[in-house]
Amino acid sequence: MDTSFSSQKEIDARERGGLGTERLEVAFGPHHPSTHGVFRMDVVLEGEKIVSLKPVFGYLHRNHEKIGESVSYLGIIPYTDRLDYLCSPTSNWGFVLACEKLAGLEAPERAQYIRVILAELTRLVNHTCLAGFLAQDLGAMGTPLMYAFRERENILDLFESLTGARMMVNYFRFGGCRCDLPEGWLQGVSRVLDAYSKFLDEFEALLTGNEILLQRTQGVGVLKADLAINAGITGPCLRASGVNYDLRKVDAYGIYSRFPFRVPIGEHGDCFDRYMVRILEMRESIGILRQAVREIPAGPIMDAKAKTRSIRPKAGEVYGRIESPKGELGFYLIADGSPSPYRYRIRPPSFINLTVLEEMCLGLTVADAVAILGSIDIVLGEVDR
Amino acid sequence: MLGTGIIRGLVVTARNFLGSFYDRRRFVTVFYPEQKVEMPERFRSFPFLVYDGEDAVRGLRCVACKICEKNCPPQCIYIVQQRDEKGKPLKHPAVFDLDISVCMSCGICVEVCPFDSIKMDKVFEVAESARFEKLLFGKAALSKSNAYYRSVSPADAGETDARLEEEKKAAAAKAQAAAQKKSAAQAQEPQ
Repeated sequence: MDTSFSSQKEIDARERGGLGTERLEVAFGPHHPSTHGVFRMDVVLEGEKIVSLKPVFGYLHRNHEKIGESVSYLGIIPYTDRLDYLCSPTSNWGFVLACEKLAGLEAPERAQYIRVILAELTRLVNHTCLAGFLAQDLGAMGTPLMYAFRERENILDLFESLTGARMMVNYFRFGGCRCDLPEGWLQGVSRVLDAYSKFLDEFEALLTGNEILLQRTQGVGVLKADLAINAGITGPCLRASGVNYDLRKVDAYGIYSRFPFRVPIGEHGDCFDRYMVRILEMRESIGILRQAVREIPAGPIMDAKAKTRSIRPKAGEVYGRIESPKGELGFYLIADGSPSPYRYRIRPPSFINLTVLEEMCLGLTVADAVAILGSIDIVLGEVDR
Repeated sequence: MLGTGIIRGLVVTARNFLGSFYDRRRFVTVFYPEQKVEMPERFRSFPFLVYDGEDAVRGLRCVACKICEKNCPPQCIYIVQQRDEKGKPLKHPAVFDLDISVCMSCGICVEVCPFDSIKMDKVFEVAESARFEKLLFGKAALSKSNAYYRSVSPADAGETDARLEEEKKAAAAKAQAAAQKKSAAQAQEPQ
């Protein structure tokens, strides 16, 4: 495809009598409210049609992987909070899972349940925010986003009373969790869950049937299943394209094999399916949470083998992955027997899901590109690391 | 029929709008700074140093072991151990600096401290006009009494105090046993 700045060609075409439109190169972002952070799209437009789109990122690069090679294993955990800052508990879990494989630790029963509860609450937070942001990107100024944030706040309050921080939880430890649940926390979770099912009904009444949302999202940004698989797309974006792939089922890490939940699958792979898959996932998450709150046993929260908080594993390498709300979050570590990893690499779902942005946007308008970007669900902290 | 979805959505917003006048669940904001939300027990902002008793210098629990300095991920702690006139290291920090503008409130210093001397505070309104002079907290600014710690996080402080008391008792018992053994050995020696 010709992506160059072909004004001369168009001028020639016009001189020959044809109606040529000059191609226009637009830098979309990095400071634009619809780009979800500091992210730029170099878009070449013909009229309002997108001819080419180049994602440019790196504005939020914080050297996360290299820093990880110089701090202790324990010291990396608070940094993983800042990868995907909307859902830090799952980032924690991915890293801790990889390290536990490396050091041969295993979290006791109660800690496993706590982890599932936190991860699913995080999924609720993330998907609610995403639905709000998507509506905001489509021009529903404020209302859906504010409703989403209002409900998210209740879950963040739970995080705060458990871990001491609303967003940067720094809670999971190698072989367990940092501290036990405070008094009455599980009742708090149950209360939030009751309110959440009601909220989801309300939110769906507000959005799902809305004709404007349907027209802006149905058939827009179609991602074909084979392209999604080849590009390594994971998470709700992949499932919206009709591929049944959820690491909670495939790997069944932690204790996910005990929870009978369904994996919502989309049909068309368009923006609406990506939105709907997430709404349905939230409903499944509520089911998982109810079961976990019912079944959580008493007991220790740290593996007895974990003598100190940090670990010093023998030489070896490991890849640990979990289903974060955005997709497969993987941590690859090479240990050389020292207190910090020799090589530390992250497979961020947001980053890899972003690679098909151009294919999804070609031939559509700028307004569609905003909706598509919103439906991919990226967090730039994770894209740039 | 086209438009029913939008009307249903408008019903939702209308219900929320009217509800915000009487439904307590919909009062979600407070008028900060006049009103403040009460922080939960475990809320953490920045670290401080605990001292026992009245004297902030002699009662300081910190022994300048530098474990927190080594483990701090963003490396915001700087410690110099105090030495007597002969150059022998003492169990006391001469300098304990903590850069609040670097600290990311992770609480790892608290977790790794074997002497329960560094704890997380609940003060979060620390905005200052000068970034380098006023946000670098020295030993004097960081030292706060155990009574203060008990007032900000009662459950955790109570647990720590009980554990320290236990350890003290165990140490005293051990010392006593050692002394008895020594005196017994001394009594046996002349024979």
